[in-house]
Amino acid sequence: MEIQKPGMKVGAAAVIVLLAGAGAGFAGQPSLVIDGQTMITKAKAPAYTPKLTSVQSGWVFRSKETQALQLDDFDNPGFVFVDKGRDLFNKVEGSAGKSCASCHELKDFIGLRTRLPRVNKDGHLETMEDLVNKSRTKYMGAKPWKYSGSKMTAVTALISLQSRGMPMNVAVDGPAKPFWEKGKKLYYTRVGQLDLACANCHEDNYGKMIRADHLSQGQINGFPTYRLKNAKLNSVHARFKGCMKNVRAKPYKQGSPEFKALELYVASRGQGLSVESPSVRN
Amino acid sequence: MAKGVKPRVKVPKTASAGDVITIKTLISHKMESGQRKDKKTGKIKPREIIHRFTCDFNGQNVIDVKLEPAISSNPYFQFKAKVPTSGEFKFTWYDDDGSIYSTSKKIAVG
Repeated sequence: MEIQKPGMKVGAAAVIVLLAGAGAGFAGQPSLVIDGQTMITKAKAPAYTPKLTSVQSGWVFRSKETQALQLDDFDNPGFVFVDKGRDLFNKVEGSAGKSCASCHELKDFIGLRTRLPRVNKDGHLETMEDLVNKSRTKYMGAKPWKYSGSKMTAVTALISLQSRGMPMNVAVDGPAKPFWEKGKKLYYTRVGQLDLACANCHEDNYGKMIRADHLSQGQINGFPTYRLKNAKLNSVHARFKGCMKNVRAKPYKQGSPEFKALELYVASRGQGLSVESPSVRN
Repeated sequence: MAKGVKPRVKVPKTASAGDVITIKTLISHKMESGQRKDKKTGKIKPREIIHRFTCDFNGQNVIDVKLEPAISSNPYFQFKAKVPTSGEFKFTWYDDDGSIYSTSKKIAVG
């Protein structure tokens, strides 16, 4: 018997990928197709973002190698955490002796990610993390999870995965309007020692290089996202916090009304993009 | 046994005789390098990595890898093998704490 072993690739799930040259002539993967499903990575910009000609997923701005990690679920390191999320989903916790699976089936969550954050019947804006913790405290009698902890992101990735490929479609009018306006105001407010607003980078200068990084539009359709820099899943609010620290501002708290409003506004800027959770970014 | 260890393997289910197939493997493991300090106690966290990975086909060795502490968490290997007959790939990971994790995948040639 003959067994051949040519060119073995040694790597790791958390391999560091150097960014290839960007800007003009930036050569990426032709399209994002996962399991035969084509993701919408470019869509027509909504009417309320006149400065954008099209909305583009963060995937478009990554290097060819980072993009490739998302093409196959086996190669996507985010799925290690999705599997952990599956175990947590079935784990019985709390005084009621229930697990998530006692009340929910995963297929119940198809499309949920595209509509969040949303305003609930009490008039509060709620994110997926809020929904998870509400279920844990109210129905399971368990302790709430940390907003961006590893357990929370694992479960939100599992839930978001059920909506993969579906276009983002958050409500921006009706009861959501005041939250959306608040988020918009935050998006255009300059903060920190560097005196930058979200818009200065992600609206005015996306596609350009900021030092070694290729500026994206700051879309959140792929969250929770696996980042090569910290080899774990990252929540939207953790990313906002990172961005605010980068501009030397004092970040709002994760799960705060400010970040929730900003999440709604940023989600609305990516209407029409496919949910990619768990995506892979640098 | 370390917590949260789960081996994953991707092997095609079928192939033609003599085909060179691509095998992908990933094991979730924290790969503690032995160089980090515990922030609370100030003590060095003992090394705990997977130090060896092997793949055998019908009892014959395909690859045998020695892993070092610099390899990051959740080590991923991708390699190619030629399959002459139907059989079974057996994958084994050896942990520093003495645990052995293994899994196997059958492939039909025809």
